[in-house]
Amino acid sequence: MNNNRFDVIVIGGGPAGLTAGIYLARAKTKTLILNEGTVGGQMILTHEIANYPGVESISGYQLSNIMKNQAKSFGCIIKSNVRITDLELNSDTKKVEVNGKDIYTADAVIIAAGGRSRPLNVPGEDKFKGKGISYCATCDGDFFQDKNIIVVGGGNSALEEAVSLTKYAASVTIVHQFDNFQAFPHAVEEAEKNPKIKFIMESKIIEFSGDEKLGKVFIQNQSTKEIIEMNIDGVFIFIGYMPNTEKFAGKIELNNWGEIITKDNLETSVNGVFAAGDAVQKKYRQITTAVADGTISALSAIEYLNEIKQLQKV
Amino acid sequence: MLQTNLKHIASEKEFNEVINSNDNVMICCGRMGPMCVPVYGVMEELEGDYKHVEFRDMEFDNPDARVIRNLPECRNFAGLPFTVYYKNGKLVKATSSIQTMEQVTEILDKEFSKELINK
Repeated sequence: MNNNRFDVIVIGGGPAGLTAGIYLARAKTKTLILNEGTVGGQMILTHEIANYPGVESISGYQLSNIMKNQAKSFGCIIKSNVRITDLELNSDTKKVEVNGKDIYTADAVIIAAGGRSRPLNVPGEDKFKGKGISYCATCDGDFFQDKNIIVVGGGNSALEEAVSLTKYAASVTIVHQFDNFQAFPHAVEEAEKNPKIKFIMESKIIEFSGDEKLGKVFIQNQSTKEIIEMNIDGVFIFIGYMPNTEKFAGKIELNNWGEIITKDNLETSVNGVFAAGDAVQKKYRQITTAVADGTISALSAIEYLNEIKQLQKV
Repeated sequence: MLQTNLKHIASEKEFNEVINSNDNVMICCGRMGPMCVPVYGVMEELEGDYKHVEFRDMEFDNPDARVIRNLPECRNFAGLPFTVYYKNGKLVKATSSIQTMEQVTEILDKEFSKELINK
């Protein structure tokens, strides 16, 4: 018996992938979940979940552990913190190469790769991560007591976090690439009336600089192209999320934002390849919608497996 | 206490015992936050393969965590978690903010070579 042969491989171990794993394994489908990070996906980033039906309040970490144990209890195999190094999705037998050496095969694949915080991708960003650059106000805000900081972004997260960071910082400057905000009006209003918050609109940070820690940024106006230098203690980046779909480009159909295009049953442009969760093209991204996607994709994959079994009999 | 499956360090005394009674120690000092939890997950994953390394966590807001917070090597850190690596009681590496499995294993393989341990 080939231990690397599965009925379904699920790529991603967030709420969508784990739910798919629960449904598949409970239906006696031999299932492998491959996850590139820690199991739980972005769910583990949530301190308190209070809108998951049936559970009054729980941390994202706890909920992901419950889902993981539930999937394992039905026989689902989970490998986390792996690197997916190659994929072959167009053949009848799908192949997934892990860590450049192990190859797993299956009749169907569910892609539930989720998303991640979008970086600015400008010089110095990696160097000063954790040394002045942060993506989490609740984690790192208290390191910037009475300091001058920048928040990058113009959506709800950016404006709400900017207001929350004024609890610590002496001043917060919001740098946004457009001349208007994408956030809800009440979030804009809250930010505008806060005396500690200043705004630099139509501008982008083009470089981070410093010695052992972040010391200054270079900001370019998008209309005039003028570049200003600003001494700063910290920068918080909230410019949205991006789907983890780079490795699927050219293999399945993606939209202009890299999101996976699916049919109603969550099948992708490739037979036997389904998708679920935040990587899918859709309007709402919640744990509950990911769980629903996981369910639909698993049931669709089971139906697909039954169909190919019937065809093999003919 | 942090809600992880790692062994916890609860006091300065325990911290000193752990780093002085083990050859190789990795301690992640953080909260149950978005940048910290993935590092705990990596450590839980590696415990089985790196049996020559002691993996521990410590709550950042525990007053005794000053033994990590106040390290000179962490003076420029402004992102949780603070992750420190001790060899024979001496600090050999410290990192700030989220780290991937690859980044952690690179440090473990460099600082805590299995060959040296099995000599």
